[in-house]
Amino acid sequence: MSDVTDTSTPLLEFRGVNTHYGAVHILKDVDLAIYPGELVCLLGGNASGKSTTLKTLLGMVTPTTGEVVLDGEVVNNKPTSYLVERGVTMVPENRRLFKRLSVKENLELGAYLRTDKDGIEEDLERIYEMFPRVKERLNQKSGTLSGGEQQMVAMGRALMARPRVLLMDEPSMGLAPALVQTNFELIQQIHEAGVAIFMVEQNANMALSIADRGWVLQTGRVVLDDTAPNLLANPDLRASYLGEGDR
Amino acid sequence: MSAPMATNETLPARAALDQEWRKVVNHGLLLALVLVFVSLANMPVSLDSRMIIEPMLSMGYLSLLWIPVVMGFIVSSEKVLEGIAYHAKGAREVLAGGLVGLIGGLGLSLLVVLIDNFDLRDPLVNWSPALLDLLQFGNGIGFGVIIWPVLGFGLGVFGGALHIFTAMTRTIVGWVLGAVLGIAVFETVIIDLLTERLPFEFITDWFYFIRGGLSQQGAVTAALIGGGLGYLRVLAQRGVVPTPVQDYKQLVGPERTRANTIIIITCGVATAILPLLLGRITNELLANVGLFVLLALGLNIVVGLAGILDLGYVAFFAVGGYATAILTSPNRGDSWPDWVPQSHWFAALIVVILLAILTGLFIGAPVIRMRGDYLAIVTLGFGEIIRLLFLSDWLGGYTGGAQGVTNIPGVDLGFVEIKGTDPRAIFYLVAVFCAIAIYVSWRLEKSRLGRAWMAIREDESVAEAMGINTVNVKLMAFVVGAVLASFSGAIFAAKVGSIFPTSFIILVSIVILVVVIVGGMGNIVGVIAGAAVLIGVLGGPKQPGLLAEFSEFKLLIYGALLIFMMLKRPEGLVPNVRRTRELHQEEFLQDAWLRSQVDADEQDGAPSGEVAPA
Ligand SMILES: Nc1ncnc2c1ncn2[C@@H]1O[C@H](COP(=O)(O)OP(=O)(O)OP(=O)(O)O)[C@@H](O)[C@H]1O
Ligand SMILES: [Mg+2]
Repeated sequence: MSDVTDTSTPLLEFRGVNTHYGAVHILKDVDLAIYPGELVCLLGGNASGKSTTLKTLLGMVTPTTGEVVLDGEVVNNKPTSYLVERGVTMVPENRRLFKRLSVKENLELGAYLRTDKDGIEEDLERIYEMFPRVKERLNQKSGTLSGGEQQMVAMGRALMARPRVLLMDEPSMGLAPALVQTNFELIQQIHEAGVAIFMVEQNANMALSIADRGWVLQTGRVVLDDTAPNLLANPDLRASYLGEGDR
Repeated sequence: MSAPMATNETLPARAALDQEWRKVVNHGLLLALVLVFVSLANMPVSLDSRMIIEPMLSMGYLSLLWIPVVMGFIVSSEKVLEGIAYHAKGAREVLAGGLVGLIGGLGLSLLVVLIDNFDLRDPLVNWSPALLDLLQFGNGIGFGVIIWPVLGFGLGVFGGALHIFTAMTRTIVGWVLGAVLGIAVFETVIIDLLTERLPFEFITDWFYFIRGGLSQQGAVTAALIGGGLGYLRVLAQRGVVPTPVQDYKQLVGPERTRANTIIIITCGVATAILPLLLGRITNELLANVGLFVLLALGLNIVVGLAGILDLGYVAFFAVGGYATAILTSPNRGDSWPDWVPQSHWFAALIVVILLAILTGLFIGAPVIRMRGDYLAIVTLGFGEIIRLLFLSDWLGGYTGGAQGVTNIPGVDLGFVEIKGTDPRAIFYLVAVFCAIAIYVSWRLEKSRLGRAWMAIREDESVAEAMGINTVNVKLMAFVVGAVLASFSGAIFAAKVGSIFPTSFIILVSIVILVVVIVGGMGNIVGVIAGAAVLIGVLGGPKQPGLLAEFSEFKLLIYGALLIFMMLKRPEGLVPNVRRTRELHQEEFLQDAWLRSQVDADEQDGAPSGEVAPA
């Protein structure tokens, strides 16, 4: 799905980003880089600023200082639609479908900024192929789907934007353990189709087992930044990560 | 209300005395309270002059009598859940209804005794001999005390017995009551329709008593008609006779399109012909309904589609009205320089549209970033501010202050002038604009913009994450709504001939909102029907409806409707994710629980502070 040309410059990047909510300092000097076609993950305990990172990446929150860079261009003050148009898409925390709209409408809203009718049809077909369950329930109100089905629609909706990089906020949250496994397989499948994936997870072992690289966020600061195998082997990881757990 | 489904097992009926006594007493006391409240709100006395069936039943008595029936029914109605076995309904339910009615009746007896012995007119203005007389049916205190428990018991028994009627009987009873009431309520319209141009006096003479209300033979005929229609309905449900609605729903593709075309043309032709058959008063009523349909369609876009709870919608109606008035009337405020011309209505309309867009942006821009409750309150304020501005000394030179703008001419079409003295012409004008509004709403709903509105209504921040420019899209909703309301204002000005700040009170916003909510948000046909029924029967904030006697109670009824709707479909009223989540606490907790399970599984029991359901 992507037109990877250059894998040596980052697709999406944070350069010394600080984010505040009112006077509260959330992200502190965060540096991140996501390269085309990569699968990377951001780990961290509750309230460490993971969702805020995603919102900042997508332009829904403007950083106080520092730069958000897309394809080498600083996009700090660009609206979200600018990033979505250029292939940055998010699967929000808790799936958050448009509950009273049908599954079909949800999918179509994912392609809101696209104008290529044929391409949209093509992608719809591709998503039906990927999730046959979704196709059976096109006219059902999405709020009445089961959690697992909602996850499929949420992913489908994001894919409808033809992303180059998919930002996923805790994709396994609220899913039964068996589904979590399937879910990670799906993520890998999307990744193999050429989409870069930036995944936020609390489920460190699972996430690192499929990721290339990862960061650990602690109270808004990146405390670890390494390849996935190194992180898995890192004795500090568990300590620092779980330290955040009880807030 | 629905009969148990086939999947439900039925247990035998319970013994008559096996009651949930506490529930019965509670419902009875509630009924007593409601009956006393309605009495002291003076409904029976002021509606007594309006006859339903001459000389037996007036609207005044009806305002009391229907309540025991409903209460007698609901005391033993239960929500039918799939896979649960329920007891069959029988004597127990009938008795429960009767007892509830009895207790309620005793409440009224007590009221009769109290009114007879104490004078509380000072705090309670309606504590009057007239009420006492009415409650005693003019037969003295003894009769008054005894009759209410008896009546209450009887009506309650009827309410309870609805449970044991077969579905067929229930349908037929419903149709009979509906037909009698409907033919009585729509008396003016029906008489007007049948006798103004058409020679059907003999029908109306048969049905109606000279001084109003159904005659006894009329009531019987109406009941028979209702019964017949109800029976047809039953047959239709059994598939014996065809049901047009069902058939229509099954149409697809080109056939559906053809059916739609036929429906649209029929409606159009009916709208064109109907006013010709009607007299002044009914046409006036239709014109008022039309003005509110236009307003409701506009607000429906803002509240129903985009989910923005705008409580100051009257502001745009006011801007349309005032702008038209000022631009067309010779009698506007005297501070206007000469170069502001006194123009034709259509020329003024162009300025009105521009002004409406500007006002939409002006009010929309500051409030658009707010959410839910805050937005509602701020728009409420803006609605009042606009009215107060028109009233103020500061703008008084331009708007005439409290004197308003008078001498507003009608719409001169060359061959005819459309103005308030000719409500039929006004109705046609309104109908044209309603048609435009319906078309626009329908197209918008299916459009990309409509999708974006619905997405914002469902979940604003996710809509933003999809790349929807929420600020612009919400502003568009404000602007489209504003333009439709300003059309209504422009026609309103031409219709009434003079406008004052009091024409644009908050109540207008509230009434339109109730119309939209009752009609079913986001549903064009529902909104039109809602406007027709509410404005047509009850009347607008200042416009009389068919039941002119109801005008004192209009607000009470609008308020009650609003409460009822909020209880019945809360997320409909404040369509905002956070609210919806609060209202669906169980699902939310369920989610949280699942999440904690997953966390616990993965983290070997590590504490997960965030998910503990508070
Ligand atoms: N809109 C907001 N206004 C003020 N504070 C906020 C806002 N959104 C988030 N915060 C705060 O910012 C901090 C980080 O929140 P964030 O949602 O990024 O955490 P998170 O790492 O995603 O946590 P979780 O794992 O629980 O989802 C929290 O303390 C939160 O209370
Ligand atoms: Mg989060």
